[in-house]
Amino acid sequence: MAGNVKAEDVERVAELAHLKLSPDEAGSMLHDLNAILDYVAQLDELDTSSVVPLAQVSELVGGSGTKPLREDQRKPSLERSAVMAQAPETDQAFFKVPKVIER
Amino acid sequence: MPSETAKPSNLVQKPKTFAELREGILVGRVKAGDIAHSYYDRIEQINSELNIYLSLTKERALAQAAKVDEAASKGDPLGPLAGIPVGIKDVLVVRGAPSTAGSKILKGYQPPYDATAVSRLETAGAVLLGKLNCDEFAMGSSNENSAYGPVRNPVDTERVPGGSSGGSAAAVAANLAVATLGTDTGGSIRQPASFCGVVGVLPTYGRVSRYGLIAFASSLDRIGPFAGNVRDAATLLSVIAGYDASDATSSSTPVGDYAAESDKGAEGLRIGVPEEYFGEGLDPEVREQIEKGIESLRNSGCSVRPISLPHTRSAIPTYYLVATAEASANLARFDGVRYGYRSPSSATLADMYSHSRDEGFGAEVKRRIMLGTYALSAGYYDAYYLKAQKVRRLLGEEFLRAFADVDAIVTPTAPTPAFKLGEKTGDPLAMYLADIYTVTASLAGICGVTVPCGATKAGLPVGMQVLASHMNEGTAFRVARAVEAAQG
Repeated sequence: MAGNVKAEDVERVAELAHLKLSPDEAGSMLHDLNAILDYVAQLDELDTSSVVPLAQVSELVGGSGTKPLREDQRKPSLERSAVMAQAPETDQAFFKVPKVIER
Repeated sequence: MPSETAKPSNLVQKPKTFAELREGILVGRVKAGDIAHSYYDRIEQINSELNIYLSLTKERALAQAAKVDEAASKGDPLGPLAGIPVGIKDVLVVRGAPSTAGSKILKGYQPPYDATAVSRLETAGAVLLGKLNCDEFAMGSSNENSAYGPVRNPVDTERVPGGSSGGSAAAVAANLAVATLGTDTGGSIRQPASFCGVVGVLPTYGRVSRYGLIAFASSLDRIGPFAGNVRDAATLLSVIAGYDASDATSSSTPVGDYAAESDKGAEGLRIGVPEEYFGEGLDPEVREQIEKGIESLRNSGCSVRPISLPHTRSAIPTYYLVATAEASANLARFDGVRYGYRSPSSATLADMYSHSRDEGFGAEVKRRIMLGTYALSAGYYDAYYLKAQKVRRLLGEEFLRAFADVDAIVTPTAPTPAFKLGEKTGDPLAMYLADIYTVTASLAGICGVTVPCGATKAGLPVGMQVLASHMNEGTAFRVARAVEAAQG
């Protein structure tokens, strides 16, 4: 799984990540991604065919651990006006964004 | 280079202990308000040289100090942190105070709520002085990725304070706060604490609620304290730890009185020294200081034995796959819609997203979003993200086996002392390797404390990392106290 990223991959991944990279940025990204992926390729040496993936450590922590479930209950949330005040553009009730659908 | 001496610094100053400050307030010798004012004076004098505080919360701090003084004058009971001036890393939200996470994309954001750890500090009587500089979204090992300029190390201003919680570590080292909160995803509390010569704590994953922490990698992110001594760091952890309904991963395991536990001494504890943390890349002067520290543990009545953690070498690649994958998902929320920066020049919604993110994020954040997106994308998921999760289990289980035979594991916190500004900025991989001894505990979810353990000939601090098993913070504090006591 050594680094085999090509310029078109950088372009595709940037699009997935909603990043608009300048040609300079795309060039150094190509170099850095390949360098990092070459380095992480050392993980190939480990045989993990019978290992179950670990997404989260709570099963290792054990003990009384976390409480995944609780009773449903109504309680107040943040004040709407305080939340909307942080947005770049709103009409107080909704967030405003540039037009999505052309007609 | 070894003959070079650190530029003598008058910026380093040891803060008073919690006990000294508390005693002064209790007997009426000093007022919490005067303490707060004296800290703001010192910030005024030296912050421009060090770039530690990004913003101050003076009004709130003085109101809180006045409350403490009123309670003290009436003889009302005081909280465990009454009047203690603290600073908060800028990735933690504080109601009504700018919370930028060191990023341009959150410039001007004033969150409408407090992080749980922050509100618990204030309930305990602490005085919140302001918000502390850090690497952008906590991504970095030198604080050079902050959009607001690097923090300088108070020990030697030509050097980095470490990262990402560089401001939190430097604030305690320069006595611009008595204690601070930082966050640690791959070493971001422990490495800067080591570089600045202060105590830093990585609590067990789930021990401290992450509510109000601007997320980087949710399965790894933790909040923890910095302080000038082990006992105060332990006191602070007892205040912020414990179950919180607002964080589904927070643990309901009862919180210990960690300060009292740290008083118990280290006699009889079994200490493991993993050979893999003393190999190639370890600075010889750091090794020498850590070996002295281990000797002091023997003198304190600990039994010390060599152990082996062979998966250690897989930790950095595993960490950078897991952390960047999670970051790419978490940072998707910054899109110019609900908060933060929106690019002015966008005709369509898609352009608004990508322009806002391109103009708002710095180079390292983009690099990690790209790496994470790549590692999660169709065709690569199994080879990268899934593979890393499997190795993560091997690393975690290796620690569990080790802790069947030892109570604590000691290692150097970082392979080198603080490096110079600019030394590693051109090479992302070299920067990642600064976390080589810290990412292991991050992936395994175990706890640890870094404690000052001597200095190089040039006067640069060295830190020893003390690791303990899940929820055994008390053991880590006991060992750290013994190392601290031997420093003299």
